[in-house]
This record gives sequence, C-alpha cells and structure tokens, in this order.
Amino acid sequence: MSWDLILTGLAGVVAMATPVVFATLGETLTERAGVINLSVNGTILLSAMGGFVAALTTGSLWLGFLVGMLIGGAVAFLVAFTSLTLKQSQVAVGFVLALFTRDLSYYLGNPFVGKQGPRVPVMPIPGLSKIPVLGELLFDHDPLTYLSIVLIFVTWFWVYKTRPGLILQGLGERPAAAYARGANVRLQRFIYTVLGGMLVGLAGPTYSLSVKAGWKGTISGLDGIGWIALALTIFGAWNPLRGAAGAYMFALLQWLSLVVQPYLPGVPTQVLQVAPFPLMILTLLLVNIGNTEWMKRTLAGLPPDARHFISRILRALQVTPPAGLGRAFEEE
Amino acid sequence: MQVELRDIHKFFGPVHANRGITLTIPAGTIQGLLGENGAGKSTLMKILSGFIRPDRGEIRLDGRPVSFRSPADALRQGIGMLHQDPLDFPPMRVLDNFVAGSPGGLLPDKEDARQALLSISQQFGFSLDPDAYVDTLTVGERQQLEIVRLLWLGARVLIFDEPTTGISAQQREKLFAALRRLADEGRTIIFVTHKLEEVQALCHRVAVLRSGELVGEAQAPYDLDRLVEMMFGKVITVGRAEPVPLGEPVLELRDLAVEDHRLHIRGVTLDIRAGEVIGLAGMEGSGQRRLLRAAAGLIRPTGGTVRFLGQDMTGRPYLDFHKAGATYIPADRMTEGLFPDLTIAEHVALAREQTGFLLNAEQMRAWAQEAIENFSIRGRPETPARALSGGNQQRLLLALMRPDLRLIFMEHPTRGLDLESALWIWRKLKDRCRKGTAIFFMSSDLEELLNYSDRVLVFFGGRVSRPLPAEELDVERLGQLIGGYGFDRVANDAITEPQTEGKAA
Amino acid sequence: MNDHMTWRETVLYRGGAVLLALALTSFIIWISSPETPPWEVLGLIFRGAFSTPSQGGISWSKVADVLVAWIPMLLAAAGLLITFAAGLWNIGVEGQIVMGAVFTTWVLRALQGSGYPPALILTLGIVAGAVGGALWALLVGLLRTYGGVNEIFGGLGMNFVATTIVLWLIFGPWKRPGIGSMSGTEPFPPELHLPTLGNTRLSPVALAIGLGGMAVAYLLLKGTYFGLRLKAVGNNPRAARLMGMQPGRYMLLAFGLGGALVGLAGAVQVTAVYHRLIPAISSGYGWLGLLVCMLVNYDPTWAPLVSLFFAAINIGSIQLPIVLSLDSSLAGVIQGALVFSFLFTEGLRRTVMRRRARAAAS
Repeated sequence: MSWDLILTGLAGVVAMATPVVFATLGETLTERAGVINLSVNGTILLSAMGGFVAALTTGSLWLGFLVGMLIGGAVAFLVAFTSLTLKQSQVAVGFVLALFTRDLSYYLGNPFVGKQGPRVPVMPIPGLSKIPVLGELLFDHDPLTYLSIVLIFVTWFWVYKTRPGLILQGLGERPAAAYARGANVRLQRFIYTVLGGMLVGLAGPTYSLSVKAGWKGTISGLDGIGWIALALTIFGAWNPLRGAAGAYMFALLQWLSLVVQPYLPGVPTQVLQVAPFPLMILTLLLVNIGNTEWMKRTLAGLPPDARHFISRILRALQVTPPAGLGRAFEEE
Repeated sequence: MQVELRDIHKFFGPVHANRGITLTIPAGTIQGLLGENGAGKSTLMKILSGFIRPDRGEIRLDGRPVSFRSPADALRQGIGMLHQDPLDFPPMRVLDNFVAGSPGGLLPDKEDARQALLSISQQFGFSLDPDAYVDTLTVGERQQLEIVRLLWLGARVLIFDEPTTGISAQQREKLFAALRRLADEGRTIIFVTHKLEEVQALCHRVAVLRSGELVGEAQAPYDLDRLVEMMFGKVITVGRAEPVPLGEPVLELRDLAVEDHRLHIRGVTLDIRAGEVIGLAGMEGSGQRRLLRAAAGLIRPTGGTVRFLGQDMTGRPYLDFHKAGATYIPADRMTEGLFPDLTIAEHVALAREQTGFLLNAEQMRAWAQEAIENFSIRGRPETPARALSGGNQQRLLLALMRPDLRLIFMEHPTRGLDLESALWIWRKLKDRCRKGTAIFFMSSDLEELLNYSDRVLVFFGGRVSRPLPAEELDVERLGQLIGGYGFDRVANDAITEPQTEGKAA
Repeated sequence: MNDHMTWRETVLYRGGAVLLALALTSFIIWISSPETPPWEVLGLIFRGAFSTPSQGGISWSKVADVLVAWIPMLLAAAGLLITFAAGLWNIGVEGQIVMGAVFTTWVLRALQGSGYPPALILTLGIVAGAVGGALWALLVGLLRTYGGVNEIFGGLGMNFVATTIVLWLIFGPWKRPGIGSMSGTEPFPPELHLPTLGNTRLSPVALAIGLGGMAVAYLLLKGTYFGLRLKAVGNNPRAARLMGMQPGRYMLLAFGLGGALVGLAGAVQVTAVYHRLIPAISSGYGWLGLLVCMLVNYDPTWAPLVSLFFAAINIGSIQLPIVLSLDSSLAGVIQGALVFSFLFTEGLRRTVMRRRARAAAS
C-alpha cells in the first residue's frame, strides 16, 4: 500500500474517531461527578436520528447539532433525576433508557431512512493544512473534528487546572468533602450529567451529518458505539487525554481491519471490525487484575523481589474508579 | 469570636440526639466537649458547623443570631470543622486539596496558595509538602493540612472532632501546641473527645454531654471523678473479668510477617490457648487489622507460619480456618458482617448447618425466634438486618456464631455500642471462653483491652510488642505504649526494619 | 424502609406507572403520525396479538405466535433472575442466546445423517445449547471473578464477539452450498424440527422447556438453600465470605446456571422456530428479558406474566407496518416506556415514603 493511501487512511481514522471522542469526553465528565450514564448507546442513535431529521427538514446543520445536543441533555436529565432525586439504580435507569432511545430512534426515524440529507463540509485550515503529513492528518477535516480536538484539551484543562475542576474531581471521589467545600453536590452532579449527555448527543449528529452521513435505521452501523465509549471511559482512567487516545486507537483498529480485509478473503468484514471488542476486554483485564483477591494472595506467596517488582507493574497499570462513582449522597 | 448555642434540639427519626443544649463559649478559649459514644457531641458540632440544621434552637456568634445553609456558609461566617477522618480528597495533591473550594475566579493562583500553605504551616511547625499526594500522608498530616486550609479561609472558630484518634504522640503534641497558640491569638477552639486526660492536658473549660443533654460544665483544674460521674451517670467499675482456666494452644503464630506497600510487620510469635483472650492495641492503621486478618487466612502473610489446632495452615484461605472452627467478626457490621436486605430468619438459616436442599419456612421462623430470645435482639424473624440498631446488629452477629467454635477473631467488638450492650456482649464472649473458645481481637478502647484480655500486643510505628500480660498494665501505661513511650523496652526484638507509621484507614 | 404497600398505594403507583407509560407512548405515536389517534395504534397492537385484523375473531395461529415469542423471553428472564439474585448484571445475555444457538446448530449439523434417532439428536442439540450458553456466561464470570472485569463490560464485549462468531460461521465454515448469505445456514431436514401444534408455529416441547426453565428459577430462588446463599452473596459478598461461603464460586454458579437457561432460548430458536442458524438469532429477547426482570423488581413471581405481555406486544406490533405503515420497533418503545415509568414511579413512592418517615419522626 502506498504512503499516500496510508496517510489518507489515517486522516480518516481521525475523522472516524471524532464522535467517539465526543461521547467518551461526555461520559468522562459525568462519571467524574460520580454518576454513571449507561444510556450512551441509545442516546447516540436517537441524537443521530433527531439531528439528521432536524437538519433535513429545516436545511440547517446548526439546528441538527442543536437538536442532537438537546436530545442528549434530555436523556441525561432523565437519568440524573431518576437516580439522584428518586434514588433509583443508575445502572437500571441508564440501561432501560439505552434500549428505549434506541428503539425510539428506529421508530421515529423510519420515514426518513435512506433520505439524502445535508452534510458538514470539509474545511481545511488555511496554511496549517499545507504542512506535510500533519496537515492532511489533522487540519484537513470538517469543523467537528477540530472541535473534538479542542474539546479534548479543554476538558482536560477544566478537570485538572480550574477551580471548579478540582471540585469536580472531588465530587466523584468524596462528595461529603466536596460538600464541605461549598459544592452543591446534587446540583453539580445534575449539571455534569446533563453536560456530559449533551456531549454524547453531539456524537449522534456527527455521525449522521458528517462521518456516516444519512440515517439508515437499524443498519446505520451505530449500534454498539455507545458501549465502546463507556468502556473507553474506564480504559482512560477518567482522564480526558487517555480516554481520547483510546478513541483514536479504537478507530485505528477498525481501519486496520478494513485494510487487511483484502488479504483475508472469505472472512466477512464484520469479523475484523469486531477486533476492538476482545481487545477492550483484554485491556480491562490488564487494568483490573491487580485489584483481584487471588492476585493479591499469589503475590504474597512470592519471594520479596518478584513480589515488589510485579506489584509495582500492577500498580502502574491499575485503574481505580472515583470512589463515589454510582453512590448516592445525602447531605444530611 | 464568642459562640452561643441556645436550646438546640435535633431528631434523627425517633432518636432525640440533642435535647435542648445551651452553651456559651467565650473567644480565645479551648472548650472541651466530653461524652461517651452516642452522647450527641458529633451532632451538636455538625449543627454548629452547618452540616445539619437544628430542629429547634438558635446559634449566636458574638451575640448576633446566625443560621448556616451549608458547611461552606458556616465557614464564611468563621466556623470551620475538622472531622475525625479528615474530609479531603486522597487521590489529589496537597496543594490541590488546599485550593479546592477556596473562593475566587476560574483559575486558582497556585503560587499564591503555595506560599500561603507554606507560611501558615511554618507558623505551627507543620511540614507539609504541597506536591505530595494526600493518600501518602498520615492522618496527623492530613489534619494539619485541614487546619492550615481552614485558617487560610478565615476560620475564627475551629471545631476538632476526636482529633487524636489515629495520630502519633509527636503529632499530638504538635497539634496541642498549635491549638494553644490559636487560642492565644483569640480564636475559639472546640475540642470534642471522650478522653479525660486530653481534657486535663488541654482544655480551659469543659462541657459534658450525656444522652443528648448537657449534664454539666467545669473549669480547669478538674475534679476527674466528677467528670467521670457526669459522663457515665454513675461511676461504673466494670472490673477485670474473672480469669478463665486455659487449655491447649489453639492458634500458634511463628515469626509471622505482614506487609502492604508502606507497612512491614515482622516476627510476631504468639500462642493462643483455649479459653484465652488476646487483645491487639495501637493507633488505628498500625497493622493490627492486617495481622488479625493474616492470622485468619483472609490475607496471606508474607512470612512465618500459622498453625491452627495443631495443623499447619500457612497460606491457606480463610475458608479452611472457618471449616476448622474459626470465625471472623468485622468492625463494620453493615459492609462486612451482615446482609442488609436479608431477614433475621434468613441470616440464622444461612449460619446453620444445611439440612437438605429445600428451605423450611416454619423451621426458619422457629430458629430465628430462638436466636432472638437467646440474644435479646430487638427485632422479628422477618426484620431485615438494615432495620436493626447497631447493638442489635452486633447481637445478631453473635447469634450467628456456631456453638462449636474454637477461635473467634474480632475487630472492635463493642465499637459504637452503649455500655450496657458492650457489657452484655463480653459476658456472652466470656461464656464461650469458659467452654474453651479462644478470642483474638483488636480494639482502640483501652479499658476493653485491659478488662477482657489475658495478654495484649501493642502496635506502634510499624513494630509490635511482645505479648504483655494484661495484669501488668493499666490504662495509663497502655496509653503510653500506644503513643510510643517506653515502647523500645517491650518491643519485639525480631524487628529489623523500623518503618513509618501506617496510612490512614 | 418498609416495603409493604397498601392496596391504595399499589393502585396509585402501579396504575400511575401504566398511565405514565401510556401517556409517553401516546405522545410518541402522536409525533410520528399526528393523524392516527394513539388509541387506534395501541388497540391495533392489542388486537394484533390475538387476531388477524383483516379477518377478526380470535386467530389461534396468532396466539401461538405470542407463545412462540414467550418461550425465549421466559428462558432469558429465568436465567437473568438467577444472575440478578447473585447481584450480577448479566448484560452478556444476548451473546449467551447466540452461543446457545451456535452449539445447538453445531450438534445438529454434526449428527444429521448419522442415523441416530432424530429425538436423540434433538435432545443432544438442546442440551448443547444449554452448555453453550453456560460456557459463554462462565467466560464473563471468570473475567469478573478472576480478572476483575466488571460483568457489564465483559458481557457487552462477549455479545459482540458472539455475533461475530455467528457471522463468521454463516459466511465461512457453515455457509450454504454456493454462497453464504444473511439468510443463514442451510435449513435442517424436517425430522430435526421440534414438532409443532397443528399448523401453528408453536412447539409443545419448546413451551415445556420454557415453562420448565422458569419453574426451575422460581423454585431455586424461593425455596432452596442454594437460592438463599445466592441472595446472600448478591447482597453482600464480603459478609458471605466471612460466613464461610465462597462468593466467587457462587457467582460462577449463577453465571453457569443462568447462562444454561439463557442458552436454552437459543436452542429453542434453532430447533423450534428458525430450523437453522441466522445472524439475528437472538432477536433481542435477551434485552427484553432484562426489561422483564426490572419490571418485576427481580422477583420471579410475576415474571412469566410480564414476559407473556411483552411477547404479546411484540407480536401485536407486527401489524403496524402492514396496516398503518408505522415501524414495528414501537414495541420496544412501549416496553422501554413501561419499565422506565415503573422505575420512575417506584422512585417516587420511595421518595414519598422517605419524606413521610422523616416527617413522622420529628
């Protein structure tokens, strides 16, 4: 394969990863605040459909994205209200909404299947796009891709460098301490859940108006992306940079599977496209295995040098979730 | 700042936790607040610091009536509280902890904050590294961070809730010096404790709470007997339990070692004989819990051997200990001891030998009824465990122990229980000892350790003492050993590497 | 908290859940087709479950279709009730149905034409389905207990892997003579079909398997020591350990048993419904099983009835595209709306009770 083709492919990877980046960043913010929004998969579908229909009927791309984000925010609000105010299980509510919104998108989107809709134009950044290699890779995309790259750093900066970001970290870690420092825990959890949902809702129209333009109902190929985004959030250890890196890796793998396709005739495309999933499990295995009981026991039985060596590796790999994740918090 | 509390009432469900408390604390004093567990001290202080709102009553600062919407609101008005387990964010850095929650714009001025942190720390002789992660600090250092933070945010009244639990003796001295200094500067200090010696050493005046009521006040110098009487109603001398004749060794530890990534305990050698009670004493997080768990097979010791009933059990899992006749009763009853949503009847059925494949509802009820009567549990067979009070949960845990146990491991057997329940629990335990069961427990209650143990192991700074006969100790001496005074003379000689104090729980 | 409800509360909150779900779905129907009154759409679904609208009267073949859809849902719900009792979110349920179907197909393919009696081959095939589901679930269980991988993510990943295996088999080793296609593998000869009742699609044997599976789950959870221990492990694994149980082993057992029941759903789909392996063999029955479990609050008592109701919605909605040219995914919308409304009103009820308890105290 020629170098040019590879470069085009890699640029495609950056574009393909864009919606996954949005969703992963959104879920990272939500989970940092201590809430698990499990509805991501359906939210992406519903916002993809809703955004597409809005843009198709009004001809306004802006409106398409706005509708997508509103849908994402609304679903997240339901998750937040039912779990934070009514104290129902976050997993249950999120899961039900994941299924509900998925079927809703198929149902409501049915009349619009296969219609030709508007598409976000590619806007190379003048000057920057002429840089060899890097220009094509990063600066020859549509505005959404630029936005996603900017958002990665904004989110990271917000979480780690700003005053509200420090409280956000505490919100998921130790809500009581955040409360003692003046945070309105429930309100902030609401805000971050809805905000995160809106980012997830941005992922939908990014597919239907850009990356995989159009709405094709059940064969849109979007079912499953949301679950990936949830896994990437963990993989990224709730760090926006790591999560985004995971999203790019995921897109890269999907592309690679298409690239090697011609060399493996007889293997259906779907098989190779699924490669990231076992990889996701493997990654989760690596980051979690140090937390398990049997590993600790085995380690204790090893000679000291080996023990210290292995436990250092495991501690480096290990990912510990925000301590207050998924837990209710009562101010009184 | 002068603090006045007037007729404060607070209810938690049916519990009347504060019953009309009225107390005035002048500026510049160190006010002690004494009382047993559950006397209502923490509730009162949470009201004063804005964590909870009183159901009735008034708070005045310098004569002006105030009300607090939140802890942050209380702090804005000058009241800061330091919790027993410091309310900080362990995975974050010291400086980030310091800055989080401070007023200001979007971007904190970290240089400015760093200077403030260092200069306030210096005033009190604290050495805090702004770039260290909080989860690598000791409880004492985390307290220091909170003090510095609250002062930086302008606290003029500082509330300390049992601040000496879990910190080293040196850190305690440093803390006391800081408190005296703060009072000299005109700040008001409220010092919540149940330790008389601390009141004597530190407080200008003291108020005593009992069952939610303010039962008396006193000024230094104190009449200790009178304070004790106020705390407990009448002076109760529990006295040492009757000695139980000892039998064959049940548990034999040889050169046992445990470690986590910061704590190494080595060379514990100990025989526990049938009917014997061994207590583990020390500041929280000094390795007692780890040793106890290693001896029970819950974690694997990193060295040495464990023999149980003559069998080598080194490295074997807890299940094998359990099958052979040992059980482990954890301190945290709801997270490790009981099944919150299961009923008493279900608990009792689970604990008994299985009698076939199917459950018999009638039989389960009868068993539960029997346990409820024998162990005076206030509940019914169909009551879920989460609906029981702490004392009744502990009684249920005791009721679940098999009759033929040879060894009971226990963490804090009576933590959080009222005196009557505590006495009752130990009566039941001692009954078992008379039948040949050995008890291996840890506690932070010195009286409990001295009254019920035959021998005591003291943990200090990553080291262990040799087993000390309880009759050679008294509260004062044991307290000193836990604080490290004279520890070298009783220390276990097998220690090769003195280590730093353990991480906070 | 007291979980006992008075009959007035039952009517208020459960009735409220149904009304809320109705309002939600009516609104959605109104959006999609403002000219059709929502009750007409819902009525069509209801009638569609028991009759053919063009003919009227009760259509036994429709009723049979509802039962045919009921069977895999019963089995999925039964398996899930067991894993839920152990405190596990077995989201891998879809993959377990798929792998049940794969194992069944594998045995039938291997033994067809071997000369063994068809009844034996079918029995072996169905048992293999249970084994397939159990093994696939155990994989998730092992990842959870020995790898620390949360079962939600492990399960999700394994779902995708299972779907891929099916695609690979259909287009690869098991492809039809000539060219592989989405229509699935070569159908089995009629003697390897589970016999059906009259000219309906309902197989009494499959129905017996479905009801039997649910009965097993019910008895296990309600009346045995094993079920009680499972509940204990699910409620507090750390306490279970200190009481001398092995939580990890019980979780694996729950996965194995639950997975076996779920795998039977796949076996039934192959032997009684499709008579071959198709890519969409699970038809989303696993997800529906999860919804059923949530709607009955993880208690087996009402699970069969709720499953039946869900099956009726599924079958009834088949009429939608034919009569009103609406998409049949409205079924999923209604089911999701119901469960969400239930969670919502149940949350309201508990909030009200908490408030009341607090007010009563002071």
